Amino acid sequence: MKSYYEPDDLQKFSTITRVNKPLGDKYFSYYNSVMKAGALSEREKALIALAVAHALRCPYCIDAYTLTCIEKGSDEEQMNEAVHVAAAMAAGITLVHGVQMMNKIDDTII
Amino acid sequence: MMPPHDQLELLAALPHSFEEFIRPHLPMASALKPCALTTLQLNIGKRCNQSCRHCHVGSSPVRTETMSREIMDACLQAIDGVDEIKTVDITGGAPEMNDNFSYLVKTCKNLGKHVIDRCNLTILEEPGYGHLAAFMAEQGVEIMASLPYFRKSYTDRQRGAGVFDKSIRALQKLNGLGYGTTLPLNLIYNPSGMYLSSSQQQLECEFRNNLKQTYGIDFNHLYCINNLPLDGFLQALLALNKLTPYMDMLKNAFNPCTLPGLMCRYQLSVSYDGYLYDCDFNQMLGLKILPSSHIRGFSYDQIVNRTITTMNHCFGCTAGSGSSCGGELVT
Repeated sequence: MKSYYEPDDLQKFSTITRVNKPLGDKYFSYYNSVMKAGALSEREKALIALAVAHALRCPYCIDAYTLTCIEKGSDEEQMNEAVHVAAAMAAGITLVHGVQMMNKIDDTII
Repeated sequence: MMPPHDQLELLAALPHSFEEFIRPHLPMASALKPCALTTLQLNIGKRCNQSCRHCHVGSSPVRTETMSREIMDACLQAIDGVDEIKTVDITGGAPEMNDNFSYLVKTCKNLGKHVIDRCNLTILEEPGYGHLAAFMAEQGVEIMASLPYFRKSYTDRQRGAGVFDKSIRALQKLNGLGYGTTLPLNLIYNPSGMYLSSSQQQLECEFRNNLKQTYGIDFNHLYCINNLPLDGFLQALLALNKLTPYMDMLKNAFNPCTLPGLMCRYQLSVSYDGYLYDCDFNQMLGLKILPSSHIRGFSYDQIVNRTITTMNHCFGCTAGSGSSCGGELVT
């Protein structure tokens, strides 16, 4: 193993079912159902997945969903906006905890 | 433009053999044969008002090759003599730039044939060609219009600055003539890089929603075509050292269900100088059909009994849902 993240490992994802196959199968079935077009289009779902991939910092998912977004008809401008949504959410989530910090300050300082 | 011989050498040197790959899927492990001849595709010239990065024909404003009236008449004679040929598919370059374009369309229609014009759209916005939109509407010509994307970004990157805005204006003009509602207007999409297109149905939905909401444009169908590793696209792959991965991707996506519908089994491609090819791609590689290789010596029986010439670029037509001038081959 040269690295914790090997690009070829993504292709091996389905082998996760070599033990606990029923659980793995349930996951892949659920995943495939979720990503099908419904109230949201496949293109919109791929953009959400791309944003989540960035928020959770998954290089496999970033590779996979950048390609999926292109295939489904999104361009760089749209994908960039999706990443900014993830970044803005992450920044907001960090910043909103500042309220807890201020509460503690107000409780502590007399 | 890379000479056809050099392209053939590159394709032949790849560690794949399309012929060997498809043999087990053909009846009695034979070679690929035609099923019928329902469409004659005429490439009536390489001149084009655009210079697109992906163009497999190498068309541009500086090209001068054009089909003469004499060759065109030989094509018309062949078309007239074969009832099985129902459709004449006119392509280029920008086919509208051939001085005899209107003559060809009118004569084909008089012969009772369905006529397709493969239109880059922007030509209809060029001085001297604007009237052709109304002419084609009057003649009931089906328009297959190239539009790589429903936004400016990828369209202009692939086809040149300003192409998207001109294409939108041309589509709006065509809609005004009844195209997209009472007359057939189909869009042609090809990926903007080294990937296969998503499903035709999914992309058609995206194109329809976006073009309608943003520009009020109607069209009938979207047809998706894979990029074959030829000419401009081949050079781009070579420059990025991506030819082998791209070919691996096409080979890994091989779908035997596409074989019965391959366009080379139903149509014949005629070059501007009258030579006959199994498809537009073989034409660009100079792979003439044998034994009857010129329209002047056209023989229907020989054509439908020929063996189709295949090479590694053919993996582009059998990948995923398949690819042809009419889009996906299987859903």
